[in-house]
Amino acid sequence: MCLAIPGQVLEIQELEGVKMGRTNFGGIVKRVCLEYTPEVQVGDYVLVHVGFALSKVDEAEAIRTYKILEEMQQLSELEVAEVESSAETKRSSP
Amino acid sequence: MKYLDEYRNETVAQKLVQEIRRLVTQPWVIMEVCGGQTHSIVKYGLDYLLPPEIELVHGPGCPVCVTSLEMIDKAHAIARKPEVIFCSFGDMLRVPGSEVDLLILKSRGTDVRIVYSPIDCLKIAKANPNKKVVFFAIGFETTAPANAMSVWLAKEQGIKNFSILVSHVLVPPSMAAILQSPMNRVQGFLGPGHVCTVMGYREYEPISARYQVPIVITGFEPIDLLEGTLMTVRQLEAGKAEVENQYPRVVNREGNRVAQDLVNKVFEVCDRKWRGVGSIPKSGYKLRYEFRDHDAERLFEVEEIDTQESSLCISGMVLKGIKKPHDCPAFGKECTPDHPLGATMVSAEGACAAYYAYGRHLQAQKKQKEFAIAA
Repeated sequence: MCLAIPGQVLEIQELEGVKMGRTNFGGIVKRVCLEYTPEVQVGDYVLVHVGFALSKVDEAEAIRTYKILEEMQQLSELEVAEVESSAETKRSSP
Repeated sequence: MKYLDEYRNETVAQKLVQEIRRLVTQPWVIMEVCGGQTHSIVKYGLDYLLPPEIELVHGPGCPVCVTSLEMIDKAHAIARKPEVIFCSFGDMLRVPGSEVDLLILKSRGTDVRIVYSPIDCLKIAKANPNKKVVFFAIGFETTAPANAMSVWLAKEQGIKNFSILVSHVLVPPSMAAILQSPMNRVQGFLGPGHVCTVMGYREYEPISARYQVPIVITGFEPIDLLEGTLMTVRQLEAGKAEVENQYPRVVNREGNRVAQDLVNKVFEVCDRKWRGVGSIPKSGYKLRYEFRDHDAERLFEVEEIDTQESSLCISGMVLKGIKKPHDCPAFGKECTPDHPLGATMVSAEGACAAYYAYGRHLQAQKKQKEFAIAA
């Protein structure tokens, strides 16, 4: 029920006094209400629930969190490499 | 899709699980509050990846599940009126009332329509001035801004033939009710990420402090859920009880102030009966007096409805994290998604329906058989 998915705003329009945005969800474009996210601009990602953008996706936070997770991933790859063969030359990072 | 695919990475998931295994020294019971989270956990089998010390129990956060039988019967009675076009989200259609569900009513000629968004109903109302358009406004705080906007716009634009049947529920009072119960087992929570996108997480701080439980506001993808679990375990092992935010890409402490303002203008807090749980004080929203002309409960007289729940069903205990779906003797037998006996089987996001959809009733039956043979 509380399902909400991120989509990218392609175009912002005013329809009958309501701020709306054509928003792309992985190829499917839907019109969503942007009244609750007045700061949103074309190109931004928004989190959408039942036709309403509830929040702008904070790219800096998304990158920061994912960097931590990626570091964990690299760490785990190193650990795996160490277990597989300690004599093996260290892999170059991707 | 951006912001989805990267949170389904298997290697990262394994690393998070490794870290949880490394940290855990004793058994802990953690509840994910939201039905969407339950669905992800069971779909990806995340609970099977966790060490045996960590038990995930499934919370009351499925609004379709907890909408009371009386309210569903009331919706059906309103939908049946010849002057009404009854609109609903798709997931409410198969939920059985005492006699039928909305889909059966639709097949018998009642004008029931599925909408993607409550504001779609305004278009329907404008196109059908001789009909009364009623929207079944269920949901948690996540859905409240959308439902509030539909009523606000109807009033602004003078759309008089639009009303909503409100059965809104609120998360924090239900968490407090679980923690107050003498049978409570929950020691930490994965908090509802999308509810907090709207409301922020300030109101969870007093709950965490009062009951000394960690609450980690968590997203819905596998990586989010595993990271939320890791953060909760880290607090539990360190003896801490704080509110933390795993989902900062959309959640901040204050939430969406613009949305909260409109919700507060349209709705006020009221007591609400939860299916399977009972009445919880101050756990719902109702329309404010100024919007009474859009209040379907006031506009349509419906006689007192007497309802009877199944005596076999243990959904109340499942919703409070005391029992698991497979602890129920009726699970997967008398009770299936096609013939649900209670709250947690009526919606795909209910714990029992999620367990059933991903074949766990078969595992439970296999185990019973093995046990019988061994005995």
